[in-house]
Amino acid sequence: MFRNQYDSDITIWSPQGRIHQIEYAMEAVKQGSAAVGLRSNDYVVILGLKRSSDELAAYQKKLIRIDDHMGIAIAGLTSDARVLSNFMRNECMKSKFNFNRPLPVEDVVTSLSEKSQVNTQQYGKRPYGVGLLIAGYDKTGPHLYEYSPSGNCYDYIAMSIGSRSQSARTYFEKFYKTFAEASLDDLIKHGLRALRDTVQQDKELTIHNCSLGIVGKDKKFVIIEEEDLKPYLEMIEEDAPAATTEAATENAADEAQPMDTDTPGNGNAMDTE
Amino acid sequence: MNTYPNPFSEAISYQRMEQYDQEHLESLSNISPMTRTQQPIVTGTSVLAVKYKDGIMMTTDCLASYGSLARFKNIERMIKVGNSTIIGASGDMSDFQYITYLMDKLMTKEYNANNGQPLAPENIYEYLSQVMYQRRNKFDPLWNALVVGGYQDGKSFLGYVNLRGTTYQSDTIATGYGAYIAQPLLRNAVEKKNGELFTEEEAKKLLDDCMRVLFYRDARSLNKLQRATVTAAGVTISEPYSLETEWGFAEHIRGYGA
Amino acid sequence: MSSIGTGYDLSSSTYSLDGRIFQVEYAMKAVDNSGLCIGLRAKDGIVLAISKLVHSKLLVPKSNKRIASVDQHIGMVCPGLIADGKALIKRARAEAQNYKDNFRMPISGKMIADRMGQFVQAYTLYSSVRPFGCSTLIATYDSVGPSLYMIDPSGVYWGYFGCAVGKNKQIAKAEIEKLKLNELTSRQAVMEVARIMYSVMEDDIKDRDYEIEYTWICDESDKKHVEVPSDLIEEAERKAKESLDDDDDDDMDDE
Repeated sequence: MFRNQYDSDITIWSPQGRIHQIEYAMEAVKQGSAAVGLRSNDYVVILGLKRSSDELAAYQKKLIRIDDHMGIAIAGLTSDARVLSNFMRNECMKSKFNFNRPLPVEDVVTSLSEKSQVNTQQYGKRPYGVGLLIAGYDKTGPHLYEYSPSGNCYDYIAMSIGSRSQSARTYFEKFYKTFAEASLDDLIKHGLRALRDTVQQDKELTIHNCSLGIVGKDKKFVIIEEEDLKPYLEMIEEDAPAATTEAATENAADEAQPMDTDTPGNGNAMDTE
Repeated sequence: MNTYPNPFSEAISYQRMEQYDQEHLESLSNISPMTRTQQPIVTGTSVLAVKYKDGIMMTTDCLASYGSLARFKNIERMIKVGNSTIIGASGDMSDFQYITYLMDKLMTKEYNANNGQPLAPENIYEYLSQVMYQRRNKFDPLWNALVVGGYQDGKSFLGYVNLRGTTYQSDTIATGYGAYIAQPLLRNAVEKKNGELFTEEEAKKLLDDCMRVLFYRDARSLNKLQRATVTAAGVTISEPYSLETEWGFAEHIRGYGA
Repeated sequence: MSSIGTGYDLSSSTYSLDGRIFQVEYAMKAVDNSGLCIGLRAKDGIVLAISKLVHSKLLVPKSNKRIASVDQHIGMVCPGLIADGKALIKRARAEAQNYKDNFRMPISGKMIADRMGQFVQAYTLYSSVRPFGCSTLIATYDSVGPSLYMIDPSGVYWGYFGCAVGKNKQIAKAEIEKLKLNELTSRQAVMEVARIMYSVMEDDIKDRDYEIEYTWICDESDKKHVEVPSDLIEEAERKAKESLDDDDDDDMDDE
């Protein structure tokens, strides 16, 4: 894995003007299981694929509620995500106490970037090893942001992070133009199908390994899991076979180049656009 | 700073040290507890405000008194905050200037954030209330009674907060002397309307009438006023103007030094 | 750069044998890789513009702003590492507010440029930090009028009539030098910026999608830093594209 002499420290620039440590932190996001998110004109939906380390172990939590109007899906180091979600909850609470209003989503995203940037510039620190999909609804409507360890945040119509997430993006790129006007049910269906595309070939999407988060107009953030998820999974059952075959081929391609860092969404850390 | 003499220095005898202790104790007994603001210095008097059909109307006079001296006669006691909020202040004028600065700071932050979600009047009111209450809890209050008026998204807002952090919202608000003299008049007028809102002309006349009464009765007032409105069109603060007054009765008053 | 890889380029606190600090130069590389960013000082204001690669079609158009306000009269953009830029903007806002806290008046362009220059420079002094991976363009309109500053990752800063940073900056600079900036109005400057952007990036926009963000601070904007009105941007971009097509036609004729 050792690449060069410029990659062992967060305070070192490579001659090409890159910081390898940030790029490696972004690899940590890809180690996590997939999370996807998408939005219409009224709602944002986020979904996570939960892993369990053992038959007897519980599934790892993928969605975290931040406030009534905000929630996140995570991929990468869960403990880092807990630090960040705690920070975000605090920011939201400050807004409630000081201004009696829910925090605009853009504001929490900005403070998150600023917080994360510090960890990319000082010796002895490391970037957060987690990627987030931030779903929120405020006066300007629904928002879906992707946050990455570099501190970059982008506003997306639909996005996926985590392992094998390229297949979900491929799915989204096919349908994203219809999302704006889509009903909540349709949005969830698209989300579930995209998430299903990231599932390993020998596994499938079940009520146990999937969580769904919804927030939007007149709808507080909710997490739907286990039995409550059943009706939603049933909605996509009928179209299962066709989609899976297609996804399988893509996933095979995805796995062929695990080190490929040039996927459009996850970009490389030095992607300065 | 009391620096204790170095006990290892041979030049200082124990006798000298005892003397030092004695002096130190005496100086301590002269110290009184720390005090912070106990009274306002340069003050403004009443602020009146009502909700009306198009939004909020507020008036203040232009006087800042130094005790009973009419010290500054060209003072603005209302400030525009953002595009849909106004704050009127009675009480200490330097504290109000500090509040003005706090608001500027807040608005700069908002300008920079540029997130398409400007703070609504009730958000600014909440912030001010928190500031006022926290300062009172430090026993270092900002010596004001403030009225926050605003109009946004078709909703009028009118709230009060004072140096104790006490808050309330109402259709009519009057601070200072006005709380005694004008508030009953304002409430009367509201009740007479039977749930209907004032027109702009009615609101103007009502506030002018109240300000006139206050000018007759309040020795810290001035017949030079400003009127502000917050409506869908935004915030306006008028140029100073005066009211017609009648002093013919004065010569009939006996027994007050005249 | 013969000293690359000899161990003299691993820290900001190390000079190379010929007296250079390579870490700062590497940071400048990150800026050179950024999308083109242009600042023009016209006679009545400043125009800032930055081109952004739209790296995914799933992005929400016109979101993800890069140019920020630091105070009402200060605009700032940091081509290079986005997160580093945000950190600099945060610092600049703190400086501007700090100045107001002390003096109760807005900070001048000269002061904010100087304070930011010192801040950036401090990150070139120690091995425990790395230099910022972005340049900083500061546009201000204060009592002395409009002014434009640019700060390098080294902390060096100068006032400019016009400057360009990022990919193909040399070509853009050559174009800017042809302009009579003392005679241009801000409106005309927007036109010129769009034209230069499109002509410089002509090859890039063919196969990749770019978005250009424009802000200005001028008499027309009431000396406040705001986005350039969308109708003006549309007009400027339309004309810029037309002039590109004209060039193409000329090429055809030549052939």
